[in-house]
Amino acid sequence: MSAEPDHEPMPDTTGSSARGGAPLWLLASAVVVVVAAVLGLLAVLGGASLPGRVGPPIEELTAERTVFTPGAIGLTVRNSGADAVTVAQVFVNDTYVDFSGPAEPIERLGTARLDLSYPWVDGQPYTISLLTSTGLVIEHVVPAAVETPQAGAGLYGLMALLGIYVGVLPVLLGMLVLPVLRRAGGTVVRVLLAVTVGLLAFLAVDAFVEGLDLAAVGGTAFGGPLLVVLGAGLAFLALTAVDRLLATRRQRDGTRLALMIAIGIGLHNLGEGLAIGSAYAVGELALGTALVVGFALHNTTEGLAIVTPLTGQRVSIGVLAGLGLLAGAPAILGAMVGASVDNAALTAVLLGLGVGAIVQVIVQIAPSLRDPTSRRALDPPVAAGLAAGALVMFLTGLLVVS
Amino acid sequence: MTTRRAFLAGSGSVALATLPVGADGATHTTTAPPADGNDSGHSEGHAGHGAGTNGPSFRGGRGVDHAANGFDPQVVLRDFDHGTVSVEAGRTVRTWEVHAQDHEIEVAPGVRFPAWTFNGRVPGPTLRATAGDLLRIRFVNGSEHPHTMHFHGIHPADMDGVPMVGRGIISPGEEFTYQFDAEPFGVHLYHCHVGPLAEHISRGMYGTFIVDPPGGRPPADEMIMVQNGWNTTFDGAGNQLYAVNGIPFAYMYDPIRVRRGELVRIYLVNILEYDPINSFHLHGNFFEYYPTGTRLEPTEFTDTIAQVQGQRGICEMRFAHPGRYMFHAHKTEFADLGWMGFFDVSDEDPA
Repeated sequence: MSAEPDHEPMPDTTGSSARGGAPLWLLASAVVVVVAAVLGLLAVLGGASLPGRVGPPIEELTAERTVFTPGAIGLTVRNSGADAVTVAQVFVNDTYVDFSGPAEPIERLGTARLDLSYPWVDGQPYTISLLTSTGLVIEHVVPAAVETPQAGAGLYGLMALLGIYVGVLPVLLGMLVLPVLRRAGGTVVRVLLAVTVGLLAFLAVDAFVEGLDLAAVGGTAFGGPLLVVLGAGLAFLALTAVDRLLATRRQRDGTRLALMIAIGIGLHNLGEGLAIGSAYAVGELALGTALVVGFALHNTTEGLAIVTPLTGQRVSIGVLAGLGLLAGAPAILGAMVGASVDNAALTAVLLGLGVGAIVQVIVQIAPSLRDPTSRRALDPPVAAGLAAGALVMFLTGLLVVS
Repeated sequence: MTTRRAFLAGSGSVALATLPVGADGATHTTTAPPADGNDSGHSEGHAGHGAGTNGPSFRGGRGVDHAANGFDPQVVLRDFDHGTVSVEAGRTVRTWEVHAQDHEIEVAPGVRFPAWTFNGRVPGPTLRATAGDLLRIRFVNGSEHPHTMHFHGIHPADMDGVPMVGRGIISPGEEFTYQFDAEPFGVHLYHCHVGPLAEHISRGMYGTFIVDPPGGRPPADEMIMVQNGWNTTFDGAGNQLYAVNGIPFAYMYDPIRVRRGELVRIYLVNILEYDPINSFHLHGNFFEYYPTGTRLEPTEFTDTIAQVQGQRGICEMRFAHPGRYMFHAHKTEFADLGWMGFFDVSDEDPA
């Protein structure tokens, strides 16, 4: 930097300095070269100047997928620890079993599929113990063995149907309240928006907790709970940017808010569909009337959230259907992916995306909750609406049984 | 509270936990069992066929590399060390030299265990004498850890090989000669008695000590079987591997060859750490059992006996029919985790 007082203190972005010195790209390259050289030296000399780790190897494996086929168990594991892990022997419920899989060590973040010969019985719990080359035992507990559904048209059809039942239909159903809302007065709409915020906040917290749980047990190789926060942050930033883009083209109107809400709920339903699909794949989901009706009642409230901003304007049926599909259809995709790729880390990220999207929507709606005359933020009707929204979600959540 | 995702808890991947495996199974479960009334429609009796139904197996049905370990259970089986014999004042004197050695052993294919051994093998050498002999065991501690040799038998307190009595602990690099009379006759054992005792035993510091009755026993195909376990996780809560004569499934992959009709005598010792009771069961045959071998008359004609840690006895049998006969702990968990083998009976000479 120049010491001349009249010189512009900010770096020149045109590529060359005002004094005719080296161009910016050259300076940047020089910095990169110096940093790389020092890092390289540090790697070669610095590492050698310090002692290695004193303790024993840190061996960690995470089970990402367990596939039960008649007479065999397929286990996909990922090395989530610091050191390479060699699975030397395997015992299931205290019996050594023959298995095939890579003989070489599983490197950090690497995966391996182990195929065990074992006459498992439907519905029984199994503890799969991996004995590593150092004698460590890494256990994977299967609460109840269920034959894994084979990926195919049948499974995808079933998952699509499930996605329609728990995602698309309830949202569209909830949107039917629009004519009723139109007749209602301004305060009623404001209260309903508060209800919407209440239920969205409930969804966000619920999905956040669920995401943390999943990430903590199955996604440790990729940062665990941080995945949920990362997903939420990225979704929030992305949707805020989309909102600003839309705002430059149109006035702040109800349709834009409805669209943002639909996108947010859609992202949420993607993660939820994924969780449902993977639960079905591991046999932990009962596909019954109780589940479908419970989810329908529960997700109907999401439809309400979408149409509430639209009370003051005319919108075509096509637009409404589009908004509904945007919010509900991702559940179909999620269920299909979840049933075929059982990956806790992915599910955690997607649940996090949903959380970020919902928080962004809440930020959007919040200004509309103010009392237009007193400008108070949280007057009694709005507070009651927020509470009602959370309570409705809680109570309809109780209806979902498996 | 039941959220709509409560039912999804545990879906997706389930964590692998690095947990100690209790031999009694008490520490196994980390996840709640399926709830009662689970209506997810489990069908009945769905079981695979073939694979796994033939019994336990190491990966690929393969055993360990005995040559790399430096000892072969097939040799250990019939390896009796009578020591160097001399006569002093008309009395038979037997001397042995036993070294404590830290030695890595492949206890299952691909699994390496840092063992503490007598003479680099597990079990240690089978020391054999006749009642009334004078015994001198020169013990050299080449291990990095303090050790002793504690013999079961009748001897003076200062020869008992326990800390704080007589010479007490033999530190690394030091040596001591235990000297006592061989009595009483029977099948006994020796082991290190330095604390923490469970660790010194489970690491492999034990062996068989046989005192023959004056005049000996009837000629037979004699063998030793020392029942042991390996706690590869070092959690002190149980064993991940069980065996006779050190190496799990060794006699399953390499059966013990015996001759039909010939008297077979097994000196059976249980030194298993962490589990309270071990057992021995023979298929297709019965045996005479001599508890501790201290009487010349058997107490039982059976096919299954139980032993607590330190208990031992002699089993005598003749196989009437050729073929393969399984023997194993009649504690299925131990058997499935390595304590299982075969006799291969034929009319040919086993040698």
